[in-house]
Amino acid sequence: MLDKAKRIPVAVVLAPVLAVLLALIVGSAFILTVGESPFSAYKVLLQESFGSMRGFATTLQRATPLMFTGLAVAFAFRAGLFNIGAEGQLYIGAFAAAWVGFTFTGLPKIIHLPLAVMAGMIGGAIWAAVPGLLKAKFGIHEVINSIMMNYIAYFLTDWLVTGPFQGSTMIPETKRVAASATLSRLMPPTRLTTALYIAFAAAAVMYFLMWRTKLGYEIRAVGLNPTAAEYGGINVAKITVAAMAISGALAGLAGTEQILGLNNRFIQRFSPDLGFMGVAVALLGKNHPVGIILAAVLFGALQTGAAAMDRLTSVPRELITILQGVIIFFVAAEYLFTRFMKSKGEA
Amino acid sequence: MWDIIKLLVNTTVLAATLRMATPLLFTAVGGIFSERSGVVNIGLEGMMLIGAFTAVAVSYSTGSAWLGVLGALLAGALMGFIHGIASIKYRANQVVSGTAINIFAGGLTVYLQRLIFNMAGVSPAVPRIADVELPLISKIPLIGPVIGKQNPMVYLALLIVVGAHIVIFKTVWGLRLRSVGEHPGAADSVGINVYKTRYVAVTLSGALAGVGGAYLSVAHLSRFVEGMTAGRGFIALAAMIFGKWNPLGALGACLFFGYADALQMRLQEIGIPTQFVQMLPYILTMVALVGLIGRAVAPKASGEPYVKEG
Repeated sequence: MLDKAKRIPVAVVLAPVLAVLLALIVGSAFILTVGESPFSAYKVLLQESFGSMRGFATTLQRATPLMFTGLAVAFAFRAGLFNIGAEGQLYIGAFAAAWVGFTFTGLPKIIHLPLAVMAGMIGGAIWAAVPGLLKAKFGIHEVINSIMMNYIAYFLTDWLVTGPFQGSTMIPETKRVAASATLSRLMPPTRLTTALYIAFAAAAVMYFLMWRTKLGYEIRAVGLNPTAAEYGGINVAKITVAAMAISGALAGLAGTEQILGLNNRFIQRFSPDLGFMGVAVALLGKNHPVGIILAAVLFGALQTGAAAMDRLTSVPRELITILQGVIIFFVAAEYLFTRFMKSKGEA
Repeated sequence: MWDIIKLLVNTTVLAATLRMATPLLFTAVGGIFSERSGVVNIGLEGMMLIGAFTAVAVSYSTGSAWLGVLGALLAGALMGFIHGIASIKYRANQVVSGTAINIFAGGLTVYLQRLIFNMAGVSPAVPRIADVELPLISKIPLIGPVIGKQNPMVYLALLIVVGAHIVIFKTVWGLRLRSVGEHPGAADSVGINVYKTRYVAVTLSGALAGVGGAYLSVAHLSRFVEGMTAGRGFIALAAMIFGKWNPLGALGACLFFGYADALQMRLQEIGIPTQFVQMLPYILTMVALVGLIGRAVAPKASGEPYVKEG
């Protein structure tokens, strides 16, 4: 057990670190084009995101939804499924949570909040189960259906918040959720909430489920080789739907966190690509709960620092989005290396 | 009843259909080349966006919108080539690489927008490609008002569809392309260079997506707007599937999706929310995928890196 734990990290840790370093070098080139020193720009970024308790709390706050979407994408990845639909699941989950939040008023918090969170998970799970089902039943690749479902979710929620559920104003958003359905702040004035604990719990649950239960074993077996798993008596269709649904529930939690912890209402198209960033987080975190938390904190830090960098230097904050894209690219391109290590290390 | 039909089918709507279908056509044909060679390209959206921005930047600095289109073509090709390096050489997961390109493009275009134009959101107006009136054709009743006076890029898109059909189905290179996407191993064994064919196809797909983006920024409009592709890369992907990976099929799908786009405002007038019309291409594509079950239409090796043996 310990042996194995010692053998894997070298390759597993080195590759993401290299990807991030390479991305920072590419980013330096962009910083140089505006005539700033990469060193001082990155320093401003780090100071803002890690230099104070308040900054660190903001980093964690921005990392929280990414932990959920990272876990979501990773969970599906482990089953050999690519859930590129986390963004859509996030929106459906968010709307479900918001709906429970502003509809069932008058409930005590101890009932209302869990109910809203549950609704968010169910909304995401249902949305993700559809491409899972279409894959299991008809063999249609989940990627294309997930992409289609993303857009259907955008337009569906666009309609919901500009039509039947628009709040009293002309703004495309719902009513505010009741206070009894909101997540408590941990460190005011920062917006870090108890959602962070839910994210840690979700990571722990994923670990337990994936490596300590029969379901997790079957999911990983399907992920490694569906044909062999089928011969081994595993119901691949059932596992496919289950893995997608759980993945969707996690993505739904990301949306839920944005509603009940941050915005307190559903705002049209509120997500800054959190679902797609989940792909980056999952890959960088090597589809492992611990790695995902660390990767999410890194991206949270980049986003927290971006605003300060924008303010204090002439580097536009979009540098961070560029970095995020480049990081994914390098993580993707080192797949050959990791696959090689995996086949030597784990098999 | 007659009033509703006149509202939904008239020369103004049909002319708008062609305009809305044009960016989808370029990009869908690009997607077909890539997938026919065996490389999934979900980075089309990002490639379009980079094309749209490059076209504006070049048109702004040279005063020529056509040079802008050329710039967009090159920028798109570069992104396609990069996607090729990741997915062909480094056998990266093609969906991941495509996602990276989409995120990167979103950041890069806004970054450069702020750097070059020092403006957030929208670029200043730049020279655009003017509409042209076809002699004779524009005088034909009914047809004239629809296709007689359009942007030259609309005609270009239609030519590219026909050209792509000929290249893919009537030329030796097209045969090679299809074989590489269906059975790379077999293609390799008869001496076809799988890697080179895929590189050419993916680069071409990026170039076409770039031109599709350029249509939006320097022909349809005359400026760059942040995130202006607004999912059209994915609609093009849907059109590709809907059209069963054939240029002519994709033309049908793009015209249909373009028609839905052109109708949005009018349907709202008769009480159908625009969002449901906007959803339509995506829902129909999912339905079409179920309908295609059991009939092998997608290139077999699409999405799979090819590993040369020995």
